[in-house]
Amino acid sequence: MKLPTSPHVTRRSFVVSAGVATVVPPAVALVAGSAGAAAAAAHHPARSSPPALASAAAPVPPVSSTPERPVYLFFNTAEVQFIEAACERLIPADDAGAGALAAGVPNYLDKQLGGAWGAGERLYRSGPWIQGSPSQGYQLPFTPAELFRTALRAINTDLARRGPPFSELSADAQDDYLKSLEKGNHDLDGVPAAVFFDMLLKMSIEGFFSDPVYGGNRDMVAWRMIGFPGAYADYYEAIDHHGVKFERAPMSIGEDGQGHVHVHPEIPASVG
Amino acid sequence: MDRGTYTSIRKFRHPSVEGVTVAQRLKEVDVVVIGVGMVGSILAKELAAAGYKVVGLERGTTRFTVPEFQSPGIHDELRFDVRKALMQDNTREPVTFRNHSSETGLPIRRWESFLPGTGLGGSMVHWNGQTFRFQANDFELATRTRERYGKGFLDPDLTLQDWGVTYDELEPHYDRFEYLLGTSGKAGNLKGQIQPGGDPHESPRSRDYPTPPQKEHYSGALFRKAASSLGHHPFPQPSSNLSQPYTNPEGLKMNTCVFCGFCERYACEHYAKSTPQTFILPVLLANSNFELRTGCQVQRINLDSSKKRATGVTYIDNAGRELEQPASLVITCLFAINNIRMLLLSGIGKPYDPVTGKGVVGRNYAYQTMSTVASFFDEDVIINPFMASGASGTMINDFAGDNFDHSGLGFVGGAFIGAVNTNGRPIQYHPTPPGTPTWGKGWKDAVVKHYNHTVMFSLHGSSVSQRQNYADLDPTYKDAWGQPLLRITFDFPKNDLRMAEYVTARGVEIGKAMGAKQVVGSPRKGPYTTQQYQTTHNTGGTVMGNDPSTSVVNRYLQSWDVPNVFVIGASAYPQNASWNPTGTLGALTYWVADALKSRYLKNPGHLVSP
Repeated sequence: MKLPTSPHVTRRSFVVSAGVATVVPPAVALVAGSAGAAAAAAHHPARSSPPALASAAAPVPPVSSTPERPVYLFFNTAEVQFIEAACERLIPADDAGAGALAAGVPNYLDKQLGGAWGAGERLYRSGPWIQGSPSQGYQLPFTPAELFRTALRAINTDLARRGPPFSELSADAQDDYLKSLEKGNHDLDGVPAAVFFDMLLKMSIEGFFSDPVYGGNRDMVAWRMIGFPGAYADYYEAIDHHGVKFERAPMSIGEDGQGHVHVHPEIPASVG
Repeated sequence: MDRGTYTSIRKFRHPSVEGVTVAQRLKEVDVVVIGVGMVGSILAKELAAAGYKVVGLERGTTRFTVPEFQSPGIHDELRFDVRKALMQDNTREPVTFRNHSSETGLPIRRWESFLPGTGLGGSMVHWNGQTFRFQANDFELATRTRERYGKGFLDPDLTLQDWGVTYDELEPHYDRFEYLLGTSGKAGNLKGQIQPGGDPHESPRSRDYPTPPQKEHYSGALFRKAASSLGHHPFPQPSSNLSQPYTNPEGLKMNTCVFCGFCERYACEHYAKSTPQTFILPVLLANSNFELRTGCQVQRINLDSSKKRATGVTYIDNAGRELEQPASLVITCLFAINNIRMLLLSGIGKPYDPVTGKGVVGRNYAYQTMSTVASFFDEDVIINPFMASGASGTMINDFAGDNFDHSGLGFVGGAFIGAVNTNGRPIQYHPTPPGTPTWGKGWKDAVVKHYNHTVMFSLHGSSVSQRQNYADLDPTYKDAWGQPLLRITFDFPKNDLRMAEYVTARGVEIGKAMGAKQVVGSPRKGPYTTQQYQTTHNTGGTVMGNDPSTSVVNRYLQSWDVPNVFVIGASAYPQNASWNPTGTLGALTYWVADALKSRYLKNPGHLVSP
């Protein structure tokens, strides 16, 4: 197809008027997506709106190459060995970027399962317990914590019978074992293997892509990988630059814990 | 700002008779409004301003733009999107579901398919801002379908019916609602004159939108060009995420949307998404005729011994105390499915029986038939999906409603087709083409490859009512207060699955005309599942009409059986149309407010003879 042409954009500095007008390095840049148009790079133009909305001062967090060892609160040692190895097969490190392990996904799982989510947050837990159709969804009495604990015990018992622990299997053998769970033809002490696998995969994707404050997506590696700017929120000017790549270090909630309050003197809803 | 009068219930002692606690009876008021969401806050404001004493009972908490909705905390996909922080507490109050009456209804143990909200401002706090009018045809669907296509055109199980109100009657109220919200859009039909750049299929409007359309996202620009090349009529989606600062007729100011990409399932920190917090609550809460009580779980509307007159409501507050609030007029303004349940728990109206087809409460439960088209581009086409408002799409109505000839197609209804790019939040949004592994390197590489190079279309389809689809009280499962849950029995009517096939094929044509490398159409297939998000556009169950044997409320949304009860919500829709239901609900709210103020309250009684 013929590519739509990018609108004309010019290079200029990002100016923030905070008392004294200050020129700061651009934290937001629009860079043309196609190599041929790379010269047409531009910066996010200044806005006349309150400086609170400006993003230029957002710090760029360090990118560390070696993950810290998480402190596991929920998983026991045997469980950690399986979870760490399994997560890394679900989302492996490769040329595209970090995998689940470097992103801290097992740490995310640990904190979720050890907290309110693991205890059944947002889960209606009254019986009777009847298994229905797929349209009716999850109908087991297990909380997520109970489900993981039960399934992991059964998995590790099963693996012990077969030979070496999961973490020492070849990548192919690990994948084969995970596929056997995914197909779900067997039961893990009452937990259908497919139900466990589905929850493990869903939560791994959550841990990979959620805000780093939850213990995964360490250094926002997953967001950098796909180009998602995270909690950053202002694209009023950028949205007009069709087809132009938005280059900005992503922003975590944790960089600005209490945030800034948008108060507008003329808006009654903002001054209560 | 004055946030209204909060009554401390602590001053009331709880009487008990031989160990059995009885409800404390409070002082009678003119009006009780159950649910202080969009409908409740607008109606309460109208009636309080007219001099009536109004109490608003809200089961959730108060919440305001400051401090509750502020960023960056509000931009938390895990908390709000995945964990559904703003939604009705399903651990205490879920619904049960089954596809067919031969099955056992089971609780939806986690919300997925639809997401009712809770708390001050209701579900509108977490809406996307897509603000449509239905078309004249929709309000007279049964009659007009019969006239255009003949008597035997519809599947025999369908229970389509006219609304009892016409578009022309609602037009001034649509207008008032849009000006309350400040909706951003472009008129396509001004008093019968077709306007370039707007939707030529829309029914005549008396004036243009209060604010111009939002800026167009790249996906919308690609869609616009492709749809035009095929002879369709693209136009900017009407959005209540505002394109510019606006002051509404209540004197409340709103702000410009900055396309943060966190609308649906989130609250807006910018005063840019129109919600009760921005367009009405500051005025309502400042009126001393209005009293807001939060943490109030209404158990039932109380009736006198004749069962033809409501005496008020009984609720349990958040400290567990049971209270009776007498009132001359009771208005239930709950989310659609909760309106149905309130009537069933109160014994108002005859419950529907799908075997005999008799009864009305719970009848004609319908939904929305959502399909998608994904267009995968090469990696040099940069889409930036995260630059988004919830309603700044570009769309066509050429295959919506009855805007195309259905002769020989075997279905009624249609869908709007639009490039409605609402977000790029990656836990939920990481499109991959069919055949991609669900995990491992193959999955990860595909996510990286397609995240910023894919355009998703929404095909927002109508939903017909059908004899087998309905809602009633569950015989087994209870809420946290010991009351039966609502049970929904629903599957997609064949009519709608045929419609989804047809419109999805049209969407695929547009995707191909955009020049995408791969275009994948996913027409909605049965069975309906509660496990995948589709929309929160549940409709029907307390439908309006002119015949008491097929409707719960009359054309003014007044109960046929208990005339001092009004039931206002999308539960009134006899079937659902091709567009988001909120605009029509806003129009109905003002339509009812007018009827209450000009007729009912001056002379209470039936506004239409049963």
